[in-house]
Amino acid sequence: MTEKSILTVKDLSVGFHVRGRELKAIRNVSLELKDQETLAIVGESGSGKSVLTKTFTGMLEQNGYISHGTIDYDGQRLSDLKKDKDWEGIRGKEIATIFQDPMTSLDPIKTIGSQIAEVVIKHQGKSKKEAKEIAIDLMDRTGIPNAAARYNEYPFEYSGGMRQRIVIAIALACHPKVLICDEPTTALDVTIQAQILELIKELQKDYHFTTIFITHDLGVVASIADRIAVMYSGEIIEVGTCREIFYDPRHPYTWSLLSSLPQLAQKGGELYSIPGTPPSLYKDIKGDAFAPRNPFAMKVDFEAEPPMFQVSPTHFAKTWLLDPRAPKVEKPALIQNLHERFVKTLERDNRLHAETEEMEAEEHDGK
Amino acid sequence: MTVNKKDVLLSLHDLEISFGEGKQKFVAVQDVNFDIYRGETFSLVGESGSGKTTIGRAILGINPTSHGEIDFNGHQINKKLSHQEEQEVTRKIQMIFQDPSASLNERATIDYIISEGLYNFHLYDSEEDRLQKVTKIIEEVGLLPEHLYRYPHEFSGGQRQRIGIARALIMQPDLVVADEPISALDVSIRAQVLNLLKKFQRESNLTYLFIAHDLSVVRFISDRIAVIHAGRILELADTEELFTNPLHPYTQSLLSAVPIPDPELAREKKLVVYDTNMHDYSVDKPKFVEVKPGHFVYCNAPEEAHYRKILEEQGQLTK
Repeated sequence: MTEKSILTVKDLSVGFHVRGRELKAIRNVSLELKDQETLAIVGESGSGKSVLTKTFTGMLEQNGYISHGTIDYDGQRLSDLKKDKDWEGIRGKEIATIFQDPMTSLDPIKTIGSQIAEVVIKHQGKSKKEAKEIAIDLMDRTGIPNAAARYNEYPFEYSGGMRQRIVIAIALACHPKVLICDEPTTALDVTIQAQILELIKELQKDYHFTTIFITHDLGVVASIADRIAVMYSGEIIEVGTCREIFYDPRHPYTWSLLSSLPQLAQKGGELYSIPGTPPSLYKDIKGDAFAPRNPFAMKVDFEAEPPMFQVSPTHFAKTWLLDPRAPKVEKPALIQNLHERFVKTLERDNRLHAETEEMEAEEHDGK
Repeated sequence: MTVNKKDVLLSLHDLEISFGEGKQKFVAVQDVNFDIYRGETFSLVGESGSGKTTIGRAILGINPTSHGEIDFNGHQINKKLSHQEEQEVTRKIQMIFQDPSASLNERATIDYIISEGLYNFHLYDSEEDRLQKVTKIIEEVGLLPEHLYRYPHEFSGGQRQRIGIARALIMQPDLVVADEPISALDVSIRAQVLNLLKKFQRESNLTYLFIAHDLSVVRFISDRIAVIHAGRILELADTEELFTNPLHPYTQSLLSAVPIPDPELAREKKLVVYDTNMHDYSVDKPKFVEVKPGHFVYCNAPEEAHYRKILEEQGQLTK
């Protein structure tokens, strides 16, 4: 990660025309993406996390529009681009996206290889033969065993995890500078999910791209994110380094998200669930959007919108609790000493792992 | 939870499920043996394609079985049943499906969707009685009576899953097969649905067969867990026993894949990859062995000796 910004979003608002009404999907979001970092955007469905990243590649639905603010990428003002033609040099080439469902993002009647080669031919201007070599190399790099032989197979012959590897290979074919991963592992099994996360991490080392990782599950991003932005009803309500968000979260919504992780649940007890539902995005939101669901809400939360308070040079949160006049509120007991608690659980569970590994090592030495 | 160990509700013996015949025959599930006790939550955990849903569907009688026995309440149910028996089983075993958007009839009102079972089995005295039953259940799952006259598309994923639960529970079943009921939901909604399932279990002594691929969710809800891979049960134990002493390498790989929501630990984590070639079953054939009371592993004799040794050392350590 370097300190250079690669993408800058300022005061961005996005709206949708829906049956004669206006839906405000994104409200005044500002964000800086640093070169080669991994930024995770976390939020519930409907929080606007996908809509936000769609504006980076001009893929908003027909009825969506940017109503306010700017997006700058590498000296270009993306928020001013209107026609598909203007986007050609950016979408896919500079900023690529991996979607959730690997079945629907591949063409079922074309071979796997030709779908990768097609991108190489179009964006890099290579010949067919060269493109095939590059495609096989990419398949190799993304962990497809026996890539040359599987070049001519069709998507239905691949498993879900394999298909997602191919989607990643296609995205990387033009060496994009920014890779947007929109819930890339949600449709996959946990074992495959872990493998895909590892793969993205490894490829990032080789290809030096910047990753935006969108997910609803905070547990998934702990291992890969450098920074985390938490979104709620169209706003970024807290942003900080991965450690800051997990060990020192400040916004009550972030507390709730952490508390609802099943890994924290105690047997026999209740799982924490956030009461109520997110606000309607058709109406204007007065005060703090999370206030009606927030057990720590104060009177001011219903009246005035909180500003972004600075906690550290890298950590910001949008809650009145950080105002000097606010009463001091501790985060819920459930998420205190997170690290110590997990160390304890893991020690208890993994004791056996450590031992078998040692034993195996000894056996090995003996031989 | 205290479960009366003797009270077996559902029992599977040497179950085999296959599709196709002759050369085309594909055995999806084989040698499945387990009992589910009344009032417990039994989880079946495995990856896609491991056969966990196939077992769930066989219990409901949707998939025919090719060998073995399924006993429910002491009676075999995977054979030709009389009309009356069949009705009884259909009512007593209910299912909650994974995808709440695909499992509800888009053209029916919530009132009809929830009452369909009541209509089919004439489980109400009068129209008034039916309405009262439906209203009661919809309030119990956290929705409002006014929602009864709406259609499925008007609800969010979490709400639809609640409707799916209401539809299953209005039949007052003994056993509920929940097939990945929370996989399609957001993390924050998952908690609500799991808490709801637990609440019903406490209130009416329900038994759940919970099918999932994520061990982290299963730990919270289950009493016992069976790990299934490629159509075979590889390990079966009490929840805490399985998490503290996972013996089979596949169970260990599943456990290592569970994301740890802690930046430091998550980065140190080592992924265990399971490879079937690590077993040498050419000479010694594997069996499903009870290595410790209640803890079963699928292994052959040398592996069994190795597992027992590990457990022994483990026991000495804790003493």
